[in-house]
Amino acid sequence: MILASNALPDNAGYVAAAYLVFLALLVIYVGIMAYKLGRVERDVVELNRLADEDRAPAVAEEEATHA
Amino acid sequence: MHGSRLRSLSAATVVTLITGFSLAAFVAPMDADQGFMQKIFYLHVPMAIVALCGFVFGGICAVMHLRTNEAKWDLRAYVAIHVSVILGVGVLLTGAIWAKASWGHWWVWDEPTLVSFLIIFLLYATYTPLRFSIEDREKQARYASVFAITAGAFVPLNFVAVRAATSLVHPRTFDSAGNLPGAMRTAFLVCFLGMALLYVLLWQYEMAHKNTVAQLRSLKRKLAGDDGLRSRRSAAPELQV
Repeated sequence: MILASNALPDNAGYVAAAYLVFLALLVIYVGIMAYKLGRVERDVVELNRLADEDRAPAVAEEEATHA
Repeated sequence: MHGSRLRSLSAATVVTLITGFSLAAFVAPMDADQGFMQKIFYLHVPMAIVALCGFVFGGICAVMHLRTNEAKWDLRAYVAIHVSVILGVGVLLTGAIWAKASWGHWWVWDEPTLVSFLIIFLLYATYTPLRFSIEDREKQARYASVFAITAGAFVPLNFVAVRAATSLVHPRTFDSAGNLPGAMRTAFLVCFLGMALLYVLLWQYEMAHKNTVAQLRSLKRKLAGDDGLRSRRSAAPELQV
């Protein structure tokens, strides 16, 4: 009797599958967003490099003036 | 929307969805006809309603784009449709699982509700390829807006037509909230609210991402000059910052 009352109802597997599909969709979405975030990070690194290159002549000039 | 507001929205979405699903699992009574598998409806139905509303929202944004000619409205329409298509995939998959459990078939072709949703989904599945096929950005945005408005108007018309159809094998779970007993209605409405919040959250995330990318491109243009950026063909609208 106890075993019977604790058993999952019929078709519980289908219900679980439906909710897992939803979870899987969310996980895939988060994964895609993580990939996009990686691209944004690469762009920020590239921009930092470009900013440093832009500043380099000005810094050299400033150092020469002080010397 | 950035930072703390996006964080608050994320927290509200997670709490509401978990509360809704918990209510559906542990508090809502078992359906006399469907039994345990009716619990799928607390996921499937809110997702379907939110996806369809998202398509209509995309149409409204497209109207605003054609009225104002501002790129931000085209972007909003694009993201609204994008998120709705993702939810649409979920609707079709969870619906097929329920159909298999209930009818013994993954898909039934003579059921208007199923087929009409598939038609709407396939219609919107052509939205991104349509955008990608047009290279000129101005034209792309205009044609996409016309498409979004036409398809957005088709969604409620289609919904009414299906409701009026004679075949009603597909259960009508939401004729009105009044046909659900108290605990079921509460669980359903909380799940619906959670799904709506999820839609808004995903939309906000995508918008934040697209705006950030636009800012980065603008910064790159300033630092590297116009030569620093190759114009890339894309289906996504490009904001000029």
